[in-house]
Amino acid sequence: MSYIQAENLFKQYGSGEAAVMAVGGMSFKIDMGEFVAVMGQSGAGKSTLLSMMGALNTPTTGNYSVDGLEIYQLGQDQRADFRREFLGFVFQSFHLVSYLTLLENVMLPLVTVKMSSKKKRALAEDALLRVGLNGKSHRLPGQTSGGEQERVAIARAIVNEPPILFADEPSGNLDTKTSREVMDLLQSLNEEGMTIVMVTHSPECAGYARRMLRISDGLLVEDVPLNGSRGAIQAVVC
Amino acid sequence: MKLKDIALRNIRRRKAKAGFVLAGLLIAVSTAVALLGLIEAMNRDIQQKLEEYGANILVLPRTENLSLTYGGLSLGGVSFEMQEIRQADLGRIKSIKNAANVAATGPMVLGAIEVNTRKVLLAGVDFQAAEILKPWWKIEGAVPGDYDVLLGTEAARILNLQTGDHVKIKGSTFLVSGVLAPTGSQDDQLVFARLDTAQSLLHKEGRVSMVEVAALCTACPIEAMVSQISRALPGTKVMAIQQVVQGRMETLSHFRKFSYGVSVILVLVGSLVVLVTMMGSVRERTAEIGIFRAMGFRRSHVMQIVLLEAGILATLAGIMGYFAGFGSTKAALPFFNGTSGIDVVFDPILAAGALAAAVLMGLIASIYPALLAARIDPTDALRAL
Repeated sequence: MSYIQAENLFKQYGSGEAAVMAVGGMSFKIDMGEFVAVMGQSGAGKSTLLSMMGALNTPTTGNYSVDGLEIYQLGQDQRADFRREFLGFVFQSFHLVSYLTLLENVMLPLVTVKMSSKKKRALAEDALLRVGLNGKSHRLPGQTSGGEQERVAIARAIVNEPPILFADEPSGNLDTKTSREVMDLLQSLNEEGMTIVMVTHSPECAGYARRMLRISDGLLVEDVPLNGSRGAIQAVVC
Repeated sequence: MKLKDIALRNIRRRKAKAGFVLAGLLIAVSTAVALLGLIEAMNRDIQQKLEEYGANILVLPRTENLSLTYGGLSLGGVSFEMQEIRQADLGRIKSIKNAANVAATGPMVLGAIEVNTRKVLLAGVDFQAAEILKPWWKIEGAVPGDYDVLLGTEAARILNLQTGDHVKIKGSTFLVSGVLAPTGSQDDQLVFARLDTAQSLLHKEGRVSMVEVAALCTACPIEAMVSQISRALPGTKVMAIQQVVQGRMETLSHFRKFSYGVSVILVLVGSLVVLVTMMGSVRERTAEIGIFRAMGFRRSHVMQIVLLEAGILATLAGIMGYFAGFGSTKAALPFFNGTSGIDVVFDPILAAGALAAAVLMGLIASIYPALLAARIDPTDALRAL
């Protein structure tokens, strides 16, 4: 049985004549440890799909399970617990909390976990160390560069060591060099066993993944492996 | 890091909004504390005035006759040769349960005498007790000795006498040692002498016509004292003089109700300020709440953050509000007539009440914004970023 399973996922916003179909019935499976790139044009339904996979957005119809757990049969609180224990999110605009230091931002997923403050701090410092930001932990997000903020977002996504990481355009706001560093970081996390699902516009960034799902008008139109194609592209653009 | 740390950091970040919530609650709490403090101080002032008020219990011989005097007008002769109280029995007043509350006992003997061919009422009093019983008396002259008399202002005018004059009463000559300044009471029309002198002149040795008692009633039940004295002195009629006190208490009661009304309105306005400000704060933080939810915060965690913020600010407002109200009471008290002698004291119950009311007010007013925050759809919130 696959680790992540989506069966005929359908999402419609609004009703009647104003109804908009964002995802029109998608089915796919993702195995543990895969690195999947979700591609498509703006408005294709990528972000809606990612929010449904992140247990944030209830599908209109369809089934979605992770590790055999039917996510949308869980209550609100159980889904929140699922997100905390299973998922890490990296958003396009970093989405750091402006009034918390980098260390505190990284500690956010641990706030509601029963654990000593000392341990939480140690885990957060460790996560910052992994993304190469251990010396700047007491700065506020506004005092750091975009690349550093993206690294903090990744540190925050991995601090509780979730098995799955969802990344929405992780290099969308970064320059080429920083993009490459971020993608290298994601790749190394994947190599350590983390399942990564990444939404991207960029074919070059998608080249880091081992599989690509292409979406168009809310439908899955392509599902292809990408083995061995990334090396040449990544150095040039991503 | 815990939820309270997030709440604290957000308060520090949004100082203006936090200040607004704080001010709303602080004004409500401090005004309520000031008003309640004033009521309490005025209440104590009334109690103190009561003590200064003089006689507040009258002991009269029981009689079956109805009085034929009203407002100083006498319709027909009033006999003073009626039943009287034995002076020796008055010692029993000292044995009542609330004897400690008796500040002074003033026996008085009354009888008609003739001075300069005019009939006049002679009152024999204990001048030492009169100092407590009739603190409003101002004697122009001296307190009478054994062969002296003191004249009420009207009696002095009608009898054409003044301090230093001599007057013959029942064959004996008495010196007018002093004249009472106008009191506006029946005392203006009397001739006063020492109790034993008057008893001798009226041939009422060992008997008194009435007794005035001053009871310190800060904590004593005056009605209970009345019944205790009644039991101690059977055959007497004991009455409490309460009209003036009741009048003042009624005024205070109106002020109390007004203060409660103002306090309730201020609490409602303060709560509204908290509600509106917290709603604005939640709306501004939609995206942030979306991040929290994506990170695995439950709805209850989001609610806790909002309520913790309100709770922290309300606690501060409660403490500051109490002391601001306390200071306001201190500052305002001298402007209230007759309360200058009363000081405001720290009231732990009022302080605890102010703190509890502020916290309750802050939390209740923040429940709706907290629910609103908890119901924010994380997808919508993140899309808004």
